[in-house]
Amino acid sequence: MKKLRDRLRNTPIGVTIVVSFFVMGLIGPWIAPYDPLAIDLLHEYEPPSWAHLLGTGDNGIDILSALLHGARLAAIVGIVVVGVSVVLGTLVGTWAGYAGGFSDHIITGVADLVQAFPAIVLNIAILALVARPGLMHLIVALAINGWVLYARLARAETLSLREREFVEAARALGVPTHQVLRRHVIPNLLGPLVIQATTGLGVVILAEATLSFLGLGPGKAVSWGALLDQGTSVLLRFPHVALFSGGAIAVTVLGFNLTGDWLRDRLDPRLR
Amino acid sequence: MLRMMSPGLLRYLAGRLLRALLTVVGLVTIVFLLVRLIPGDPVEAILGDQAGPEEKAELRRALNLDRPVGEQYLSFLGDMADGSMGTSFRRPDRSVWSMMRDVLPYTLVLALAALLVAWAVAIPLGAIAAANAGRGWDKVASTVAVAGLAIPNIWLGPLLILAFGVKLGWLPLPGDDLAGPEALILPAITIGTALAAVLTRQTRAAMIEVLAQQYIIAARARGVPNVPLLLRHALRNAMLPVMTIGAAQLGALLSGTVVTEKIFERQGLGTLFLDAFFARDIPVVQGCVLVIAVIYVLVNLAVDLAYGVVDPRVRLS
Repeated sequence: MKKLRDRLRNTPIGVTIVVSFFVMGLIGPWIAPYDPLAIDLLHEYEPPSWAHLLGTGDNGIDILSALLHGARLAAIVGIVVVGVSVVLGTLVGTWAGYAGGFSDHIITGVADLVQAFPAIVLNIAILALVARPGLMHLIVALAINGWVLYARLARAETLSLREREFVEAARALGVPTHQVLRRHVIPNLLGPLVIQATTGLGVVILAEATLSFLGLGPGKAVSWGALLDQGTSVLLRFPHVALFSGGAIAVTVLGFNLTGDWLRDRLDPRLR
Repeated sequence: MLRMMSPGLLRYLAGRLLRALLTVVGLVTIVFLLVRLIPGDPVEAILGDQAGPEEKAELRRALNLDRPVGEQYLSFLGDMADGSMGTSFRRPDRSVWSMMRDVLPYTLVLALAALLVAWAVAIPLGAIAAANAGRGWDKVASTVAVAGLAIPNIWLGPLLILAFGVKLGWLPLPGDDLAGPEALILPAITIGTALAAVLTRQTRAAMIEVLAQQYIIAARARGVPNVPLLLRHALRNAMLPVMTIGAAQLGALLSGTVVTEKIFERQGLGTLFLDAFFARDIPVVQGCVLVIAVIYVLVNLAVDLAYGVVDPRVRLS
């Protein structure tokens, strides 16, 4: 009974946030009432009104429209970075775990080095080397940090799967290595990877917002982090800009965390 | 001193030191390679595309970028080893290290203050939660922990400024140069909140484990009152794992200073790093990355060594 109540209480909020976030990312730019870059100097930094539901910001841009467009950028960055990280991390990690020996040492060593850096510092260092950082550079910088988590997870799971009877049986039957990995090992990794990727989406979205907040985001695109940066610089006079843009970031990240926890409870039978 | 240590402990210390050294050399090499491998010409990044070929050639010579990579690597290692870390592009009269030395204390004080905030919240809250596991206080603590983790520091900072700086007027606003040490409070809370959330969970878990031990049950049976029991017998033993800063938390602490120094307009390593980024002052960027990485490696090393000395079981693994 308690479990059911917990589930009812926990399910909807996180999942609802995540679904609305993706819907915003998908159709947001079409339903946005204004062009998020349209300059309207007569109505700069207005508090919320019927014409501008969340008020206006720097140069009189409509904040609601900017948030709707920003959702698309956050969703694209999140999906691409997590997608690349999961694929790369799974391949590398599975190989390290299954082959062991020298390649395992190299891969684990590189992963240790990448993790020895605070992620944001590494990202900034990478972006510093590009004349005009764009979306592509941002994605590469975030993926360089991202794959490590999935590689570690895939490696750990592969190490235990390798010793299991069904994998041993496949090997004894003479199934080639790539097929053992594809048919027997990787499918069994998917559960933990999906859980990790859900939480990982929140992490990447926050990282994109943080980099944009620091002024390192892709130049022209409308980003929640960049909006929060503008809001912070006028915080004392026009707090609504920072409140709404920061709130969007916080709620979205919370949504992915809650969904990750919820998925873990559902997909991992050991925790029941 | 050395004679007091067993061969096992010595081997552990030597191995750990060697690994730290290798990590630092690896980091130095990666920082060096990043500049050379990543597509895009740093010279163009510094000068912009308007610069003439002569200007570019001159800068390239000044940066040693015209020499073979092996030679560049050696001179780079030389700069790192002699402690100057090269010369700033923007300020040719200053070595990178002297620029960092000026601002490093601000960042270290901020990081330390954030750590103190985290401990001050997490240790009592975690202990109270453990002592009342499953009851009201426990729920309060877990709610605080979830909320603390969910609020991004880029939002928490502005919220704190609005609440305590603007509405209540208790604490100085960002950029107030006359403000005293109380200007440290809000930045420290901004960084410390997420850490406090993690540590509250850890303290609670460690305390629950300790409270189930035989000696606690024995002490309770002897009639030791509740408060001394918790403080003197349980908390002391639960503290060891909590005082340890895990790798992830330290990373968060250092990343937090970059963000927080910007929000609160404080000087420090993070501000220097960002300024150097926007000016494409690559030696300073390299230097900051390296110093942050070395701090990171050294703190982890110190924690590991302290653990190895205190707890013999660690040496075996």
